[in-house]
Amino acid sequence: MKTNDMIIQFTAKIVFFIIFFFAIHIFLAGHYTPGGGFVGGLLASSAIVLLVLAFDIKTVRTVIPVNYTTLIGIGLLLALATAAFPMFKGDPFFTHYFDYFTLPLIGKTSLHTAMLFDTGVFLVVVGVTMTIIQTIGEDE
Amino acid sequence: MIHTLLLVALALFSLSIAITLYRVIKGPTMPDRAIALDTIGVNLLSAIAIVSIVLQTKAYLEAILILGILAFIGTIAFTKYIERGVVIERKSDR
Repeated sequence: MKTNDMIIQFTAKIVFFIIFFFAIHIFLAGHYTPGGGFVGGLLASSAIVLLVLAFDIKTVRTVIPVNYTTLIGIGLLLALATAAFPMFKGDPFFTHYFDYFTLPLIGKTSLHTAMLFDTGVFLVVVGVTMTIIQTIGEDE
Repeated sequence: MIHTLLLVALALFSLSIAITLYRVIKGPTMPDRAIALDTIGVNLLSAIAIVSIVLQTKAYLEAILILGILAFIGTIAFTKYIERGVVIERKSDR
């Protein structure tokens, strides 16, 4: 059956970037405002789900060539590395460090190693959600 | 004054949600129910905005945007299921 999905596909192309940048904003603002790795990951995967709904699953797989099961592994490894790194310096497990840096274009910024742990959570949530949806979506 | 006005608006939004819930339960066809659920999502979003004004906090603004995004994606999934019988297509014929 020849179908014509022009409006939904054009809308998805624009709204995908809005949702994805909003997910990145929520992920980065999680230390001081509501949000964080979990909600950011769910929003990023919902942006990809919107693409999967508008197009089909093979097109999205060629557009975003990410193996989501390895994404889960990378996220878990990042979280574990962040937690285990202080043990090599003589501090207890899960000790976090922060300091103030002067970055170009942004200025004085406080960078915290909890951010790396949150990145691990983000990657695991995106990987798990997209693995579930891809596994249920394709029944070959 | 403004506080009672906000409470009246909140009551009207909940009344609107109740009326739309009648359409969800009673609605003769599935598109009626999908549109009623979308309307419930939008009304809920407005109710959250009014609650955040009443509580004088900015903490709910992300929740408003997320609820809008989720209502949009949910409605698209419902309509694709109603029209095609499948939510995620394997390969389109293009």
